[in-house]
Amino acid sequence: MTGGPPQPPAAPSAPDARTPAPFRPAPFQPAPFQPGLILDEEQTLIARTAREVFAAQSPVTRVRELRDSRDPLGWSRSLWRELAALGWLGMALPESAGGLGLGLFELSLVFEAAGRTLTPEPLLTLPLGADLLARCTAPEGAESPADHWLPRVIAGEAVVTLAWRESHPHGAHGRWDPTAVATTATPADGGWRLTGTKPGVLCGHAADLTLVTARSPAGAIQVHAVARDAPGLTITPRPRLDGRPAADLTLDATPATPPLADLDAVRAVLDRATICLAAEMLGSASEAFARTLAYLKERHQFGVPIGSFQALQHRAARLFMRLELTRSAVLAAARAADEPPDRLPPHELPRLASLAKAHATDTLTAVANEAIQMHGGIGLTDEHDIGFFLKRARVAAATLGDAAWHRARWMELAGF
Amino acid sequence: MTNPTAARDDVDDGVHRDDHDGGAAGPAGGPAEPAALAAFRADVAGFLESDVPHSLRGTRRGRFDGYWGGSKAPHPGADVLRWLELAVERGWTAPTWPREYGGGGLTGAQAKVLDEELARLQLPPAVVGFGLTMIGPTLLDYGTEDQKREHLPRICRGESRWCQGYSEPGAGSDLAGLQTRAVRDGDDFIVNGQKVWTSHADRSDWIFCLARTNPHVKKQAGITFLLIDMSTPGVSARPIELISGASPFCEVFLEDVRVPAGNVVGAVDDGWTVAKALLGYERSMIGESIGQQMSGAQADLIGQAREALGAPDGPLPDPELRLELARLGMEEAAFALTAERIRQSMQAGRRPGPESSILKVAGCELKQRRWELAMQIAGPDGLAHDARASEWLRSRANSIEGGTSEIQLNIIATRVLGLPR
Repeated sequence: MTGGPPQPPAAPSAPDARTPAPFRPAPFQPAPFQPGLILDEEQTLIARTAREVFAAQSPVTRVRELRDSRDPLGWSRSLWRELAALGWLGMALPESAGGLGLGLFELSLVFEAAGRTLTPEPLLTLPLGADLLARCTAPEGAESPADHWLPRVIAGEAVVTLAWRESHPHGAHGRWDPTAVATTATPADGGWRLTGTKPGVLCGHAADLTLVTARSPAGAIQVHAVARDAPGLTITPRPRLDGRPAADLTLDATPATPPLADLDAVRAVLDRATICLAAEMLGSASEAFARTLAYLKERHQFGVPIGSFQALQHRAARLFMRLELTRSAVLAAARAADEPPDRLPPHELPRLASLAKAHATDTLTAVANEAIQMHGGIGLTDEHDIGFFLKRARVAAATLGDAAWHRARWMELAGF
Repeated sequence: MTNPTAARDDVDDGVHRDDHDGGAAGPAGGPAEPAALAAFRADVAGFLESDVPHSLRGTRRGRFDGYWGGSKAPHPGADVLRWLELAVERGWTAPTWPREYGGGGLTGAQAKVLDEELARLQLPPAVVGFGLTMIGPTLLDYGTEDQKREHLPRICRGESRWCQGYSEPGAGSDLAGLQTRAVRDGDDFIVNGQKVWTSHADRSDWIFCLARTNPHVKKQAGITFLLIDMSTPGVSARPIELISGASPFCEVFLEDVRVPAGNVVGAVDDGWTVAKALLGYERSMIGESIGQQMSGAQADLIGQAREALGAPDGPLPDPELRLELARLGMEEAAFALTAERIRQSMQAGRRPGPESSILKVAGCELKQRRWELAMQIAGPDGLAHDARASEWLRSRANSIEGGTSEIQLNIIATRVLGLPR
């Protein structure tokens, strides 16, 4: 019962005078980028191990425990060191820097597993801060901060984050525009001083070193490193819905390193972090969906499991479809991140990063909302864990660009 | 508190657990092609360039479009028949089927190379049809040795064209409620009933057909899968016209049709098992076919929008249309990646399971949205019943044919997600 309208058979052979120029085949060129979308054995093992580790070490109940104990850190340094012992904090960092030298694809599998249990550890500082640090060039005649800090990050002894976003003024490209930088960098006393405000810095309350974007006197956006105890640096923790604190950073002529990286490096790590976040959100959505499915099978009303009602079945099936589409987008984006840039079509990485984040955002939002609705009254109680997924969904949605921002970027990259 | 463990296992029965078992994954882009495969590519390219009639280059319209073959086809031209002859010699009409049945015996990787080379030269497949995409794979799995030897080589040679006798006037979504009867009579079955929505029945040589052989058991349990020669006395077909105009759909009438018992696929009364397996092949073909249509679709729509709005460059001046184009384009991109993921998974040796329903529902809805948007872009000056309008009208059938979207959602809910019936 398929097939389009009947098609005429292929063109007859005799060319006539009106025949257009003959078709000239090009030599075979492998498609510039055909992402492998299934996992190999090693990746399968990483994914399984990560799921086991987070399920055992960081079940969702931890989110409640950390909240109820009013833990100011919001995560655990001992678990962080355990993750370091597994090599995961340096997973995607080059071996020359002490990392495992694996790809972002492998790291995204760890993010997905962490997302399943809403693990609050600041994993996102890895593709943001640590990755950018690894891309920093040493200032002339000085030790590279990467030499000092990367081994500590990989060992789980230090956290390096990135302060890139500003509230005002919004750039031409909206609230997550990395070029909307008003913070100034001024050479002074043989060093540099930064002045400005960076709101909602990821793990800003606990980072030992913060990489900060600032505008040079010549107007260029560049990256400087600021130590935690630098004079003129005020760190104001900002509690968030998901229990993971961020911090507002105010810099008042704060001493900083010379410029270490440029805007291109910032854009690169933002795309990579966006892909990792999308993978984490995919994991959270998958788990919220699995818990909801279990509830649909177990909860009885009218003498039958509510999952036997077609109205709920079709909504569950549609959520599953969205999850699968999102999974494909995340896998493709993570593969693209490991491809040498010259083997990718122009804009392919930002395009796929936006595809992944927009889908992950819409899907996690839809799954978390439906999870509450399908759990009914119990889903609204604080006693039940499903609400933590909704809270995390809201924070993750507004992190590194919301769905609308990524759709806008997609349009811009596609040129319409 | 809920126990997520059981559910997690169920969810993992969907597409993504396959990934975790997929040891044979190809790396992204990967290193250069292995030498053996590169040599195979060179052989294929050399042959296609030198021997296949050059007039066929540039005439490709996708993997499922081309010469349909069969005894009732109008003469397609000497070059098409020459290409068919060459392809048949090499088994390239069914590249991955065993050589003994007329296939090419190629590995998945080799078949992909062949397809890439055909696409590069823009050559159509030598022959297409439901024999290759639906009944062939089903016979390979469920057919007797005699059935395979009788039918598969003829399918490979483009000699027999097949149609699908599933739906009936009283059995649409409730397919298992079908009433066509097959009654044993010696070495034969006598078949009586009516089929509907049978694509290309008027041009087909054979029909694979579901008929009730036991009315006294649960409806799924009394169905038998039959192969019926369309030239058997008592078989007739009548085309159906749709709101979009002429269509490939037909009604098929079966009146005292005598079918040898050797034409039963699978066991008598166990045709439902075979029927469901075939539906899996059908769904994956529909999904893959829609996935292919998507490459370039977004660019086409944007081009149409630029022309209709008189905006040759820059952001489109209609913000709502622009956003809808982005939403559709991003859904289509994720869909195409999902089709590719399932293709890679199948290439690694897995059969299409119920998860292929995802492709059917999502693909059809995207296709409908695309035609809806095309009509919106054409606006007040695109209201004639032209080719675009026909495609738009025809697209409404996508969510009905091959199992309605509602039935596909039922399948996902119960068979993939394990929700209670």
